[in-house]
Amino acid sequence: MQLSYRRAFSTILKRDLVIAFRHRDDILNPILFFIIVVSLFPLGVGPAANTLMKIAPGVIWVAALLSTLLSLERLFKHDYNDGSLEQLLLMPCPTFVLVLAKITAHWLITGLPLIIIAPFLGVLLNLHQDSYVALMLSLLLGTPVLSLLGAIGVALTVGLKKGGVLLSLLVLPLYIPVLIFATGAIDAASMNLPYNGHLAIIAALFFGSLTLAPFAVGSALKVSTN
Amino acid sequence: MTPTTPVLLSADKLTCIREDRLLFDELSFVVRGGDIIQIEGANGTGKTSLLRILAGLSQPYSGEVLYKDQVIKHCDDEYKADLLFIGHLAGIKGEMSSEENLAFYLKMHGLDASKAEATLDEVNLFGFEDAMASNLSAGQHRRIALARLWQSQNKIWILDEPFTAIDKAGVKKLEQLMLKHTQNGGAVILTTHQDLSLNSNDFSKIILEHQFF
Repeated sequence: MQLSYRRAFSTILKRDLVIAFRHRDDILNPILFFIIVVSLFPLGVGPAANTLMKIAPGVIWVAALLSTLLSLERLFKHDYNDGSLEQLLLMPCPTFVLVLAKITAHWLITGLPLIIIAPFLGVLLNLHQDSYVALMLSLLLGTPVLSLLGAIGVALTVGLKKGGVLLSLLVLPLYIPVLIFATGAIDAASMNLPYNGHLAIIAALFFGSLTLAPFAVGSALKVSTN
Repeated sequence: MTPTTPVLLSADKLTCIREDRLLFDELSFVVRGGDIIQIEGANGTGKTSLLRILAGLSQPYSGEVLYKDQVIKHCDDEYKADLLFIGHLAGIKGEMSSEENLAFYLKMHGLDASKAEATLDEVNLFGFEDAMASNLSAGQHRRIALARLWQSQNKIWILDEPFTAIDKAGVKKLEQLMLKHTQNGGAVILTTHQDLSLNSNDFSKIILEHQFF
């Protein structure tokens, strides 16, 4: 019997969230990494307020990017190792529904906490007061892109024993446009310039990857489980 | 087994090459509703590869698998709705209890998930419903996976070594379940190193041999 896409989506999403909450390191590690990296910068660079203000957008975004990269592996790795992945691929629902549900769960577990913590870390780095809205908006649109694009890389490398380095090589170049436009938006906001253009490009990246990445991930998973 | 029952699944000249070794060459057979097919062969003759190809998880080097006369790639959703595959790995999450694991699979197949608890009794997991699967043994993981068979509405069962780590009484029960399934028009394709205790006219064999060339 075939399930409606919505029920299939919510069933898989719920399963992934339950697993993540019972396996808390998976949630806490990327967040702690994010906090540690950002809070080390004022110590390393020195507490000069102007310097910190200048590097704040870049530091927060690079840390967010790396912490997402750190958490990517768990997206499919456990499921691959215990055989759930091949079972999921054989479930009577299209692969893109399954993939989208898993990516959504990944974003809720890693992306959303980053967005919630980011403004506090902004204070730590003396982020310009006009930049907070831009920071939040760029993270809100940008972190899903990181999850979606990262999923393609993980799906391609999930069958490899040591795919970690290859994964970063595959995924990081794809992250660079998001990084450039996100930090650009925050910089523009600090100078009281309009940053709609930057956000529009990140939004375009978001919708582009939202519609296309699930299909790429689905095909990549089929290759990896072959 | 009357030859008039409709052909469910057919393998058309399947060739499989793994690690530069030819496992089987132009293998063709048909599976009709009511068939139990046991795939026999020594280790490394390609039993698991054949099952994975039939399930659509692996691609054959050449040849096609057809479901109701359609290549399975072209009727993916329909085929997946009629297929239940249990492989080497049980696909059980250690972070969930046995009941949650089973309920998830039932729900994904559009079945009543509230029956999960009662179904676990069938595979002698009574009392383990709420135990986290990470605390259970490999044999118990297998039992959870096999419990899906009791609720399954899928026509085709593809089972890779279903009897490993299952005791004698369990094997007997599973065999009866397979018979019932075929009487309802379903088909079972399985690999096992044990001999089935079914009547010899209830099932047929496909024997894979090492290929030399």
